[in-house]
Amino acid sequence: MVNTILPLEVTNASVKRRGKTLLGPIDMNFSQTGCTIVLGPNGAGKTTLLRALHGLERLAKGQASWQVPLKEAHLRQAFVFQTPIMLRRSVRDNLLYPLCLRGMSRQDAMKKAEQWSARVGLDYALDQAAPRLSGGEKQKLALARALITEPEIVFLDEPCASLDGRATREIEAILQAAREEGTRLVMATHDIGQARRLATDVVFLMHGRIIESGPADAFFAGPKTPQAAALLQGDIVE
Amino acid sequence: MGEIWEGLVAGFWLVVTLDSDLVEITLRSLQVTVSATVIASVIALPFGAWLAIRRFRHRRATIAVLNALMGLPPVVVGLVVYLLLSRAGPFGVLGLLFTPTAMIIAQVIIITPLIASIAHQSIRDIWAEYHDLLISFSTTRKQRIATLLWDGRRALLTAALAGFGRAIGEVGAIMIVGGNIDHATRVLTTAIALETGKGDFALALGLGFVLIGLSVAVNMIIHAVSRTESEGKW
Repeated sequence: MVNTILPLEVTNASVKRRGKTLLGPIDMNFSQTGCTIVLGPNGAGKTTLLRALHGLERLAKGQASWQVPLKEAHLRQAFVFQTPIMLRRSVRDNLLYPLCLRGMSRQDAMKKAEQWSARVGLDYALDQAAPRLSGGEKQKLALARALITEPEIVFLDEPCASLDGRATREIEAILQAAREEGTRLVMATHDIGQARRLATDVVFLMHGRIIESGPADAFFAGPKTPQAAALLQGDIVE
Repeated sequence: MGEIWEGLVAGFWLVVTLDSDLVEITLRSLQVTVSATVIASVIALPFGAWLAIRRFRHRRATIAVLNALMGLPPVVVGLVVYLLLSRAGPFGVLGLLFTPTAMIIAQVIIITPLIASIAHQSIRDIWAEYHDLLISFSTTRKQRIATLLWDGRRALLTAALAGFGRAIGEVGAIMIVGGNIDHATRVLTTAIALETGKGDFALALGLGFVLIGLSVAVNMIIHAVSRTESEGKW
């Protein structure tokens, strides 16, 4: 039986920088399936939360416990950044990179890269320089590069920020498909509409603390806090 | 002005007639300088990358020292290498003094800090761009260095060519450790120094023009082969 890295249990976690608490203390639990949407105004700690869960930020206190040792857990998760980071290589080589790191044979990796490029609609650009793609294409490539290793959980930091409607719809379709195939998603967004479309549960952050969290249906139907209600009504929340 | 013209003519005839002495010292210049550049690059490029990604105590001081070493006086390097390789020195038993190997050693010492420093600057920029991604991929330090070296290869080529440029024009150190021995350690720069000393300015200038032409040709060939400008920014 293959051990799963999930659920992820976060207890009393906080992140500090130069003595200032950016996040926490936070207690959360991420089950094996679904899509958690992290909402909140700018500076609420959404990015910090995702980075801390993925291990890009060191926890000052508390812990994030996976069901397998941390090193192994890290290999079975992925992160998609708000501004896609493209390796200065072709689209094909960007897709090959994480597979080669994991020791996959060149032949198998090539096959998989071609499958994934077709899946995200970038098969026409396989030999193009990745840094020269458009914003939407870059984000689709970043998503494919994250998903190509079949991670159990993917953290997405506002992947559709600054993308137009069409690109956003394409990204969401890829995410929906990944979720249906069993990939756990944790995504930060400012877009309430996107949150409604994708979320199975919601975490609402303000000033580095969780103000409200729970199933998406309940959150959108009747938020328990005035801040969340204001956010859903389209008011400016600070 | 007349001497410059005579030098150009002398250089032209040396090249056109494929003067045997010129061919010999040109090939030796290339052998010594290319060897030194390759060896120095093998040392300096990974070191520059390592320095860019590694955080350690006294890192800033190390970078400052490395940058300062770019201006290492060749004559001093030549003197130190001479003392190390001379009969009485610790490596005298190897019998390397007044051989092309000694010249390569001196040039490696001179150009390694230069290549490492330029490589460090270039890699540092790529590392700033790649940092989160490579950490996210759980790469090992070796994998990070390999990725940065590969993706920064065009900038690193410039670093290596800067090293080549400094080495091929170097005279002080190789004169001391090589001895400028005819048919053994004479290279273009030491030959120019010799001909100038003898008062044969036309030949010295001719050799000088050949040296400049050689340096330009090597740079152009390497840029053409590596298609430096053909794929734009990346």
